[in-house]
Amino acid sequence: MSNTIKNITLKIWRQAGPAAKGYFETHNIPEITDEASFLEMLDILNDRLVTEGKEAVVFDHDCREGICGTCSLMIDGQAHGPQRGTATCQLHMRKFKDGDSITIEPWRASAFPLIKDLMVDRSAFDRIIESGGYITAETGGAPDANLIPIAKPIADAAMDSAECIGCGACVAACPNGAANLFTAAKVAHLNRLPQGQAERYSRVETMVETMDEHFGSCTNHGECEAACPKEISIDVIALMHKDYRKAKFANRKDLARS
Amino acid sequence: MAQVVTSHRGPVTGTANRAKKRRPFLIDLYSTAVGKKYVMAVTGIAMMGFVLFHMIGNLKMYAGASDLDHYAHFLQTLLYPLAPKGWVLWILRGGLITMLFLHLHAAWSLTRLNREARPVKYQSARDYQIANFASRTMRWSGIIVLSFIVWHLLDLTFGVVNSEVGNMVAYEGDTEKVKAVYVSVIASFERTPVALFYVVANILLGIHLFHGAWSIFQSLGWNNPRFNKWRRAFATGFAAVVVIGNVSFPVAVMAGVIS
Repeated sequence: MSNTIKNITLKIWRQAGPAAKGYFETHNIPEITDEASFLEMLDILNDRLVTEGKEAVVFDHDCREGICGTCSLMIDGQAHGPQRGTATCQLHMRKFKDGDSITIEPWRASAFPLIKDLMVDRSAFDRIIESGGYITAETGGAPDANLIPIAKPIADAAMDSAECIGCGACVAACPNGAANLFTAAKVAHLNRLPQGQAERYSRVETMVETMDEHFGSCTNHGECEAACPKEISIDVIALMHKDYRKAKFANRKDLARS
Repeated sequence: MAQVVTSHRGPVTGTANRAKKRRPFLIDLYSTAVGKKYVMAVTGIAMMGFVLFHMIGNLKMYAGASDLDHYAHFLQTLLYPLAPKGWVLWILRGGLITMLFLHLHAAWSLTRLNREARPVKYQSARDYQIANFASRTMRWSGIIVLSFIVWHLLDLTFGVVNSEVGNMVAYEGDTEKVKAVYVSVIASFERTPVALFYVVANILLGIHLFHGAWSIFQSLGWNNPRFNKWRRAFATGFAAVVVIGNVSFPVAVMAGVIS
Protein backbone atom coordinates (compact mmCIF):
# COMPACT_ATOMS: atom_id res chain seq x y z
CA MET A 1 0.00 0.00 0.00
CA SER A 2 1.48 3.27 -1.00
CA ASN A 3 0.67 6.46 0.79
CA THR A 4 0.55 9.98 -0.50
CA ILE A 5 2.71 12.70 0.95
CA LYS A 6 1.16 16.13 0.78
CA ASN A 7 2.35 19.69 0.58
CA ILE A 8 6.14 19.43 0.19
CA THR A 9 7.95 22.75 -0.17
CA LEU A 10 11.17 22.62 -2.18
CA LYS A 11 13.85 25.30 -1.95
CA ILE A 12 16.04 24.60 -4.97
CA TRP A 13 19.30 26.34 -5.90
CA ARG A 14 19.01 27.92 -9.36
CA GLN A 15 22.02 29.35 -11.17
CA ALA A 16 22.07 30.02 -14.92
CA GLY A 17 25.80 29.39 -15.33
CA PRO A 18 29.19 29.34 -13.60
CA ALA A 19 29.43 33.12 -13.45
CA ALA A 20 25.74 33.89 -12.89
CA LYS A 21 24.35 34.83 -9.51
CA GLY A 22 22.52 31.95 -7.86
CA TYR A 23 19.40 32.01 -5.69
CA PHE A 24 16.94 29.69 -4.00
CA GLU A 25 13.68 29.13 -5.88
CA THR A 26 10.66 27.81 -3.99
CA HIS A 27 8.32 25.22 -5.47
CA ASN A 28 5.37 23.40 -3.98
CA ILE A 29 4.65 19.72 -4.55
CA PRO A 30 0.95 19.41 -3.57
CA GLU A 31 1.07 15.62 -3.38
CA ILE A 32 3.37 12.77 -4.31
CA THR A 33 3.39 9.02 -3.71
CA ASP A 34 5.84 7.89 -1.06
CA GLU A 35 7.10 5.25 -3.52
CA ALA A 36 8.56 7.97 -5.73
CA SER A 37 12.30 8.34 -5.51
CA PHE A 38 13.72 11.75 -4.77
CA LEU A 39 14.85 12.13 -8.38
CA GLU A 40 11.41 11.04 -9.68
CA MET A 41 9.94 13.80 -7.55
CA LEU A 42 12.29 16.24 -9.31
CA ASP A 43 11.29 14.72 -12.69
CA ILE A 44 7.63 15.38 -11.87
CA LEU A 45 8.50 18.94 -10.90
CA ASN A 46 10.46 19.42 -14.13
CA ASP A 47 7.54 18.07 -16.22
CA ARG A 48 5.35 20.67 -14.60
CA LEU A 49 7.90 23.46 -15.14
CA VAL A 50 8.26 22.55 -18.84
CA THR A 51 4.46 22.46 -19.25
CA GLU A 52 4.29 25.90 -17.69
CA GLY A 53 6.91 27.10 -20.19
CA LYS A 54 9.61 27.51 -17.54
CA GLU A 55 13.11 26.13 -17.55
CA ALA A 56 13.62 22.70 -15.97
CA VAL A 57 15.93 22.28 -12.96
CA VAL A 58 19.26 20.87 -14.13
CA PHE A 59 20.62 18.01 -12.01
CA ASP A 60 22.97 15.06 -12.59
CA HIS A 61 21.64 11.50 -12.68
CA ASP A 62 22.20 8.32 -14.65
CA CYS A 63 21.76 4.73 -13.44
CA ARG A 64 19.32 5.53 -10.62
CA GLU A 65 20.33 2.38 -8.75
CA GLY A 66 23.24 3.68 -6.73
CA ILE A 67 26.13 2.28 -8.75
CA CYS A 68 27.18 4.99 -11.22
CA GLY A 69 27.98 7.88 -8.91
CA THR A 70 26.42 10.51 -11.14
CA CYS A 71 23.70 11.87 -8.88
CA SER A 72 24.69 14.38 -6.26
CA LEU A 73 22.60 16.96 -4.33
CA MET A 74 23.00 18.43 -0.88
CA ILE A 75 19.60 17.73 0.69
CA ASP A 76 18.79 19.57 3.93
CA GLY A 77 22.48 20.06 4.63
CA GLN A 78 23.45 16.42 4.09
CA ALA A 79 25.19 15.01 1.02
CA HIS A 80 22.81 12.51 -0.64
CA GLY A 81 20.14 13.39 1.90
CA PRO A 82 19.16 12.05 5.31
CA GLN A 83 19.49 8.32 4.55
CA ARG A 84 22.83 6.67 5.43
CA GLY A 85 24.67 4.50 2.91
CA THR A 86 22.67 5.45 -0.17
CA ALA A 87 23.01 7.84 -3.08
CA THR A 88 20.35 10.46 -3.81
CA CYS A 89 18.73 8.18 -6.40
CA GLN A 90 18.08 5.54 -3.71
CA LEU A 91 16.37 8.04 -1.42
CA HIS A 92 12.61 7.80 -1.46
CA MET A 93 9.91 10.25 -0.54
CA ARG A 94 8.79 7.96 2.29
CA LYS A 95 11.72 9.47 4.20
CA PHE A 96 9.77 12.75 4.35
CA LYS A 97 6.54 13.82 6.03
CA ASP A 98 3.54 15.93 5.03
CA GLY A 99 4.35 19.62 4.99
CA ASP A 100 8.15 19.14 5.00
CA SER A 101 10.33 21.85 3.56
CA ILE A 102 13.37 20.45 1.70
CA THR A 103 16.41 22.52 0.71
CA ILE A 104 18.44 21.31 -2.27
CA GLU A 105 21.90 22.69 -3.07
CA PRO A 106 24.70 21.62 -5.40
CA TRP A 107 28.02 20.20 -4.11
CA ARG A 108 30.18 23.17 -3.22
CA ALA A 109 33.97 23.05 -3.67
CA SER A 110 36.40 25.06 -5.78
CA ALA A 111 37.44 21.80 -7.46
CA PHE A 112 33.81 21.15 -8.42
CA PRO A 113 32.90 24.26 -10.41
CA LEU A 114 29.18 24.72 -10.88
CA ILE A 115 27.89 24.19 -14.42
CA LYS A 116 24.22 24.97 -13.98
CA ASP A 117 21.65 24.81 -11.16
CA LEU A 118 22.51 21.62 -9.24
CA MET A 119 25.08 20.23 -11.69
CA VAL A 120 28.81 20.49 -10.99
CA ASP A 121 31.93 19.45 -12.90
CA ARG A 122 33.65 16.64 -10.98
CA SER A 123 36.51 16.10 -13.45
CA ALA A 124 39.05 16.96 -10.74
CA PHE A 125 38.46 13.35 -9.64
CA ASP A 126 39.49 12.19 -13.13
CA ARG A 127 42.78 14.07 -12.71
CA ILE A 128 43.47 12.12 -9.52
CA ILE A 129 42.64 8.78 -11.19
CA GLU A 130 44.76 9.60 -14.25
CA SER A 131 47.76 10.32 -12.07
CA GLY A 132 47.90 6.88 -10.44
CA GLY A 133 44.64 4.95 -10.39
CA TYR A 134 45.83 2.17 -12.69
CA ILE A 135 47.98 -0.97 -12.70
CA THR A 136 50.48 -2.33 -15.18
CA ALA A 137 48.98 -5.40 -16.87
CA GLU A 138 49.90 -7.50 -19.85
CA THR A 139 47.77 -6.96 -22.88
CA GLY A 140 46.44 -9.87 -24.88
CA GLY A 141 44.10 -12.62 -23.87
CA ALA A 142 42.23 -12.40 -20.62
CA PRO A 143 44.20 -14.10 -17.82
CA ASP A 144 42.74 -17.16 -16.13
CA ALA A 145 40.57 -16.41 -13.17
CA ASN A 146 42.25 -16.78 -9.77
CA LEU A 147 45.70 -16.96 -11.37
CA ILE A 148 47.01 -14.78 -8.57
CA PRO A 149 45.96 -16.13 -5.18
CA ILE A 150 44.62 -13.40 -2.90
CA ALA A 151 43.77 -14.02 0.75
CA LYS A 152 40.05 -13.62 1.38
CA PRO A 153 40.38 -10.84 4.00
CA ILE A 154 42.63 -8.88 1.61
CA ALA A 155 40.21 -9.30 -1.26
CA ASP A 156 37.34 -8.24 1.01
CA ALA A 157 39.19 -5.16 2.26
CA ALA A 158 40.13 -4.16 -1.29
CA MET A 159 36.53 -4.62 -2.37
CA ASP A 160 35.31 -2.42 0.49
CA SER A 161 37.30 0.50 -0.93
CA ALA A 162 36.73 -0.46 -4.57
CA GLU A 163 33.04 0.15 -3.90
CA CYS A 164 33.69 3.89 -4.28
CA ILE A 165 31.54 5.23 -7.11
CA GLY A 166 33.27 8.61 -7.27
CA CYS A 167 30.14 10.66 -6.57
CA GLY A 168 31.98 13.36 -4.61
CA ALA A 169 29.76 13.23 -1.52
CA CYS A 170 32.91 13.02 0.63
CA VAL A 171 34.16 16.33 -0.73
CA ALA A 172 30.71 17.89 -0.48
CA ALA A 173 30.25 16.80 3.13
CA CYS A 174 33.78 17.69 4.26
CA PRO A 175 33.88 21.03 6.10
CA ASN A 176 37.26 21.58 4.38
CA GLY A 177 36.33 20.41 0.89
CA ALA A 178 38.94 17.65 1.12
CA ALA A 179 39.02 14.62 -1.18
CA ASN A 180 41.00 12.36 1.13
CA LEU A 181 38.30 9.68 1.34
CA PHE A 182 37.93 9.42 -2.44
CA THR A 183 41.68 9.36 -3.08
CA ALA A 184 42.33 7.00 -0.18
CA ALA A 185 39.62 4.60 -1.37
CA LYS A 186 41.25 4.43 -4.80
CA VAL A 187 44.74 4.09 -3.31
CA ALA A 188 43.63 1.42 -0.83
CA HIS A 189 41.80 -0.55 -3.51
CA LEU A 190 44.95 -1.02 -5.61
CA ASN A 191 47.60 -0.90 -2.87
CA ARG A 192 45.98 -3.76 -1.00
CA LEU A 193 46.04 -6.12 -3.98
CA PRO A 194 49.07 -7.97 -5.39
CA GLN A 195 48.36 -6.53 -8.84
CA GLY A 196 48.84 -3.01 -7.46
CA GLN A 197 52.23 -3.53 -5.81
CA ALA A 198 54.41 -2.48 -8.78
CA GLU A 199 53.16 1.11 -8.63
CA ARG A 200 52.28 1.12 -4.93
CA TYR A 201 54.54 3.99 -3.83
CA SER A 202 54.56 6.04 -7.03
CA ARG A 203 50.76 5.77 -7.07
CA VAL A 204 50.19 7.13 -3.61
CA GLU A 205 52.69 9.92 -4.16
CA THR A 206 51.26 11.20 -7.45
CA MET A 207 47.63 10.75 -6.40
CA VAL A 208 48.08 12.60 -3.10
CA GLU A 209 49.96 15.41 -4.81
CA THR A 210 47.37 15.72 -7.58
CA MET A 211 44.64 15.76 -4.93
CA ASP A 212 46.53 18.57 -3.22
CA GLU A 213 46.28 20.80 -6.29
CA HIS A 214 42.50 20.84 -6.19
CA PHE A 215 41.16 20.07 -2.73
CA GLY A 216 41.35 21.06 0.92
CA SER A 217 42.98 19.08 3.72
CA CYS A 218 41.71 16.40 6.07
CA THR A 219 41.05 17.44 9.66
CA ASN A 220 39.57 14.08 10.68
CA HIS A 221 35.97 15.21 11.22
CA GLY A 222 34.64 11.95 9.74
CA GLU A 223 31.80 13.65 7.84
CA CYS A 224 32.92 11.97 4.59
CA GLU A 225 32.37 8.51 6.04
CA ALA A 226 28.85 9.47 7.16
CA ALA A 227 27.99 10.89 3.73
CA CYS A 228 29.53 8.10 1.64
CA PRO A 229 26.78 6.13 -0.17
CA LYS A 230 29.07 3.09 0.04
CA GLU A 231 29.95 3.69 3.71
CA ILE A 232 33.69 3.54 3.07
CA SER A 233 35.55 3.84 6.36
CA ILE A 234 38.04 6.61 7.07
CA ASP A 235 40.44 3.78 7.93
CA VAL A 236 41.45 3.96 4.25
CA ILE A 237 42.60 7.56 4.83
CA ALA A 238 44.97 6.32 7.53
CA LEU A 239 46.25 3.69 5.10
CA MET A 240 46.87 6.37 2.47
CA HIS A 241 48.68 8.59 4.99
CA LYS A 242 50.86 5.64 5.98
CA ASP A 243 51.67 4.68 2.39
CA TYR A 244 52.39 8.31 1.48
CA ARG A 245 54.86 8.54 4.36
CA LYS A 246 56.52 5.30 3.26
CA ALA A 247 56.50 6.44 -0.36
CA LYS A 248 58.21 9.73 0.39
CA PHE A 249 61.02 7.97 2.19
CA ALA A 250 61.25 5.05 -0.28
CA ASN A 251 61.14 7.30 -3.33
CA ARG A 252 63.71 9.59 -1.81
CA LYS A 253 66.17 6.72 -1.59
CA ASP A 254 65.40 5.57 -5.12
CA LEU A 255 65.70 9.08 -6.53
CA ALA A 256 69.01 9.61 -4.77
CA ARG A 257 70.48 6.63 -6.62
CA SER A 258 69.68 7.97 -10.08
CA MET B 1 28.82 19.45 -22.58
CA ALA B 2 32.37 20.17 -23.70
CA GLN B 3 32.22 23.30 -21.65
CA VAL B 4 35.52 24.09 -19.96
CA VAL B 5 34.81 25.28 -16.47
CA THR B 6 37.70 26.66 -14.51
CA SER B 7 38.08 27.25 -10.83
CA HIS B 8 40.20 30.05 -9.46
CA ARG B 9 42.94 27.47 -8.85
CA GLY B 10 43.40 27.10 -12.61
CA PRO B 11 41.82 24.78 -15.11
CA VAL B 12 40.65 21.41 -13.87
CA THR B 13 42.20 19.61 -16.84
CA GLY B 14 45.52 18.21 -17.93
CA THR B 15 47.34 18.36 -14.63
CA ALA B 16 48.14 14.68 -14.27
CA ASN B 17 51.79 13.66 -13.90
CA ARG B 18 53.16 17.13 -14.17
CA ALA B 19 56.96 17.26 -14.04
CA LYS B 20 57.96 17.85 -10.43
CA LYS B 21 60.37 20.40 -9.18
CA ARG B 22 63.21 18.88 -7.13
CA ARG B 23 63.24 20.45 -3.71
CA PRO B 24 64.96 19.65 -0.43
CA PHE B 25 63.26 16.58 1.00
CA LEU B 26 61.69 18.09 4.11
CA ILE B 27 60.38 21.14 2.26
CA ASP B 28 58.96 18.87 -0.42
CA LEU B 29 57.23 16.78 2.25
CA TYR B 30 55.92 19.87 4.04
CA SER B 31 54.57 21.36 0.80
CA THR B 32 51.65 18.92 0.67
CA ALA B 33 48.64 19.00 2.95
CA VAL B 34 49.29 15.41 4.05
CA GLY B 35 52.88 16.39 4.93
CA LYS B 36 51.64 19.37 6.95
CA LYS B 37 49.34 17.02 8.83
CA TYR B 38 52.36 14.87 9.75
CA VAL B 39 53.92 18.03 11.18
CA MET B 40 50.71 18.84 13.07
CA ALA B 41 50.73 15.34 14.54
CA VAL B 42 54.43 15.14 15.45
CA THR B 43 54.54 18.61 17.00
CA GLY B 44 51.27 17.78 18.74
CA ILE B 45 52.82 14.67 20.28
CA ALA B 46 55.81 16.70 21.49
CA MET B 47 53.58 19.32 23.10
CA MET B 48 51.35 16.62 24.62
CA GLY B 49 54.46 15.18 26.24
CA PHE B 50 55.28 18.60 27.65
CA VAL B 51 51.76 19.25 28.91
CA LEU B 52 51.62 15.87 30.66
CA PHE B 53 54.98 16.26 32.40
CA HIS B 54 54.23 19.90 33.26
CA MET B 55 51.06 18.73 35.01
CA ILE B 56 52.81 15.83 36.79
CA GLY B 57 55.63 18.13 37.93
CA ASN B 58 53.16 20.65 39.31
CA LEU B 59 51.50 17.98 41.44
CA LYS B 60 54.49 18.60 43.77
CA MET B 61 52.44 21.58 44.90
CA TYR B 62 50.43 19.18 47.07
CA ALA B 63 53.64 17.98 48.74
CA GLY B 64 54.40 21.48 49.97
CA ALA B 65 56.47 24.56 49.15
CA SER B 66 59.84 22.92 49.59
CA ASP B 67 59.07 20.06 47.18
CA LEU B 68 57.79 22.36 44.42
CA ASP B 69 60.62 24.86 44.78
CA HIS B 70 63.25 22.13 44.71
CA TYR B 71 61.60 20.56 41.67
CA ALA B 72 61.84 23.96 39.92
CA HIS B 73 65.47 24.17 40.99
CA PHE B 74 66.07 20.67 39.56
CA LEU B 75 64.71 21.86 36.19
CA GLN B 76 66.91 24.97 36.32
CA THR B 77 70.01 22.90 37.01
CA LEU B 78 69.15 19.95 34.77
CA LEU B 79 72.29 17.96 33.86
CA TYR B 80 74.42 20.36 35.97
CA PRO B 81 77.44 20.19 36.26
CA LEU B 82 77.71 18.47 32.83
CA ALA B 83 75.95 21.45 31.29
CA PRO B 84 75.98 25.01 32.66
CA LYS B 85 72.99 25.90 34.84
CA GLY B 86 69.85 26.70 32.84
CA TRP B 87 71.22 25.58 29.48
CA VAL B 88 69.38 22.28 29.21
CA LEU B 89 66.16 24.00 30.23
CA TRP B 90 66.62 26.59 27.49
CA ILE B 91 67.40 23.88 24.92
CA LEU B 92 64.15 22.15 25.88
CA ARG B 93 62.31 25.46 25.73
CA GLY B 94 63.82 26.12 22.29
CA GLY B 95 62.50 22.76 21.12
CA LEU B 96 59.04 23.55 22.46
CA ILE B 97 58.99 26.99 20.82
CA THR B 98 59.98 25.36 17.51
CA MET B 99 57.21 22.78 17.91
CA LEU B 100 54.66 25.47 18.70
CA PHE B 101 55.76 27.59 15.74
CA LEU B 102 55.54 24.63 13.31
CA HIS B 103 52.15 23.63 14.74
CA LEU B 104 50.85 27.17 14.24
CA HIS B 105 52.31 27.56 10.77
CA ALA B 106 50.86 24.25 9.59
CA ALA B 107 47.47 25.13 11.12
CA TRP B 108 47.49 28.54 9.49
CA SER B 109 48.43 27.32 6.01
CA LEU B 110 46.03 24.37 6.14
CA THR B 111 43.21 26.70 7.21
CA ARG B 112 43.96 28.93 4.22
CA LEU B 113 44.00 25.90 1.90
CA ASN B 114 40.67 24.72 3.30
CA ARG B 115 39.06 28.15 2.88
CA GLU B 116 40.24 28.21 -0.75
CA ALA B 117 38.82 24.74 -1.30
CA ARG B 118 35.31 26.08 -0.70
CA PRO B 119 35.17 29.75 -1.71
CA VAL B 120 31.36 29.65 -2.02
CA LYS B 121 29.89 28.37 1.23
CA TYR B 122 26.75 26.30 1.49
CA GLN B 123 23.86 28.75 1.41
CA SER B 124 21.63 26.59 3.60
CA ALA B 125 22.39 25.18 7.05
CA ARG B 126 24.66 22.12 7.17
CA ASP B 127 23.49 19.10 9.13
CA TYR B 128 26.68 17.57 10.52
CA GLN B 129 26.57 13.86 11.38
CA ILE B 130 29.90 12.99 12.97
CA ALA B 131 31.89 16.21 13.32
CA ASN B 132 31.69 17.15 17.00
CA PHE B 133 32.13 20.34 18.99
CA ALA B 134 35.81 19.58 19.57
CA SER B 135 36.67 18.94 15.93
CA ARG B 136 34.68 21.95 14.73
CA THR B 137 36.33 24.38 17.16
CA MET B 138 40.00 23.34 16.94
CA ARG B 139 40.99 26.76 15.62
CA TRP B 140 39.18 28.64 18.38
CA SER B 141 40.28 26.37 21.22
CA GLY B 142 43.82 26.58 19.81
CA ILE B 143 43.83 30.38 19.65
CA ILE B 144 42.44 30.76 23.17
CA VAL B 145 44.97 28.26 24.57
CA LEU B 146 47.73 30.17 22.74
CA SER B 147 46.64 33.44 24.33
CA PHE B 148 46.60 31.63 27.67
CA ILE B 149 50.18 30.42 27.11
CA VAL B 150 51.28 34.02 26.52
CA TRP B 151 49.58 35.14 29.73
CA HIS B 152 50.91 32.14 31.64
CA LEU B 153 54.51 32.94 30.61
CA LEU B 154 54.11 36.63 31.50
CA ASP B 155 52.63 35.56 34.84
CA LEU B 156 54.68 32.69 36.23
CA THR B 157 57.82 32.54 34.05
CA PHE B 158 58.81 36.16 33.46
CA GLY B 159 56.82 37.71 36.29
CA VAL B 160 55.68 40.70 34.23
CA VAL B 161 52.25 40.52 35.86
CA ASN B 162 53.30 38.80 39.07
CA SER B 163 55.57 40.61 41.54
CA GLU B 164 56.32 37.42 43.52
CA VAL B 165 58.20 35.81 40.60
CA GLY B 166 61.95 36.02 40.96
CA ASN B 167 62.00 36.10 44.78
CA MET B 168 64.42 33.64 46.32
CA VAL B 169 63.90 31.53 49.40
CA ALA B 170 66.41 29.71 51.62
CA TYR B 171 65.53 26.26 52.92
CA GLU B 172 67.23 24.68 55.87
CA GLY B 173 70.13 22.46 54.84
CA ASP B 174 70.51 24.05 51.37
CA THR B 175 73.79 25.59 50.31
CA GLU B 176 72.08 28.15 48.04
CA LYS B 177 68.74 29.94 47.77
CA VAL B 178 66.13 28.61 45.34
CA LYS B 179 63.33 30.38 43.44
CA ALA B 180 60.16 30.80 45.48
CA VAL B 181 57.85 29.20 42.91
CA TYR B 182 55.23 28.04 45.39
CA VAL B 183 54.57 31.56 46.69
CA SER B 184 54.26 32.93 43.12
CA VAL B 185 51.67 30.27 42.22
CA ILE B 186 49.58 31.00 45.31
CA ALA B 187 49.82 34.77 44.64
CA SER B 188 48.70 34.23 41.05
CA PHE B 189 45.68 32.08 41.83
CA GLU B 190 44.48 34.26 44.69
CA ARG B 191 43.39 36.66 41.94
CA THR B 192 39.97 35.17 41.06
CA PRO B 193 39.83 36.34 37.39
CA VAL B 194 43.27 34.80 36.76
CA ALA B 195 42.22 31.51 38.33
CA LEU B 196 39.01 31.47 36.26
CA PHE B 197 40.93 32.18 33.02
CA TYR B 198 43.25 29.33 33.96
CA VAL B 199 40.31 26.96 34.45
CA VAL B 200 38.57 27.98 31.20
CA ALA B 201 41.79 27.77 29.14
CA ASN B 202 42.55 24.30 30.50
CA ILE B 203 39.07 23.01 29.70
CA LEU B 204 39.56 24.33 26.15
CA LEU B 205 42.95 22.62 26.06
CA GLY B 206 41.16 19.40 27.01
CA ILE B 207 38.66 19.89 24.18
CA HIS B 208 41.56 20.55 21.78
CA LEU B 209 43.29 17.36 22.96
CA PHE B 210 40.06 15.33 22.75
CA HIS B 211 40.12 15.76 18.96
CA GLY B 212 43.87 16.28 18.50
CA ALA B 213 45.08 13.21 20.36
CA TRP B 214 42.67 11.05 18.34
CA SER B 215 43.59 12.76 15.05
CA ILE B 216 47.27 11.91 15.47
CA PHE B 217 46.54 8.28 14.65
CA GLN B 218 44.71 9.16 11.43
CA SER B 219 47.21 11.81 10.32
CA LEU B 220 50.24 9.59 10.79
CA GLY B 221 48.44 6.55 9.42
CA TRP B 222 48.62 4.57 12.64
CA ASN B 223 45.68 2.37 11.97
CA ASN B 224 45.31 -1.19 13.08
CA PRO B 225 42.06 -3.06 13.71
CA ARG B 226 43.61 -4.43 16.89
CA PHE B 227 44.01 -1.08 18.58
CA ASN B 228 41.62 1.19 16.69
CA LYS B 229 38.97 0.97 19.37
CA TRP B 230 41.47 2.27 21.93
CA ARG B 231 42.24 5.46 20.01
CA ARG B 232 39.15 7.31 21.23
CA ALA B 233 39.68 6.04 24.78
CA PHE B 234 43.30 7.20 24.71
CA ALA B 235 42.39 10.71 23.54
CA THR B 236 39.57 11.05 26.08
CA GLY B 237 41.70 9.67 28.90
CA PHE B 238 44.71 11.85 28.08
CA ALA B 239 42.58 15.00 27.84
CA ALA B 240 40.80 14.12 31.11
CA VAL B 241 44.04 13.49 33.04
CA VAL B 242 45.59 16.77 31.88
CA VAL B 243 42.46 18.82 32.54
CA ILE B 244 41.74 17.32 35.98
CA GLY B 245 45.36 17.77 37.09
CA ASN B 246 45.72 21.31 35.82
CA VAL B 247 42.31 22.58 36.93
CA SER B 248 42.86 21.18 40.42
CA PHE B 249 45.65 23.74 41.13
CA PRO B 250 43.65 26.99 40.96
CA VAL B 251 40.65 25.25 42.54
CA ALA B 252 42.81 24.06 45.44
CA VAL B 253 44.21 27.56 45.97
CA MET B 254 40.78 29.22 45.79
CA ALA B 255 39.30 26.61 48.13
CA GLY B 256 42.15 27.19 50.57
CA VAL B 257 43.39 23.57 50.38
CA ILE B 258 46.87 24.89 49.66
CA SER B 259 47.98 28.31 50.77
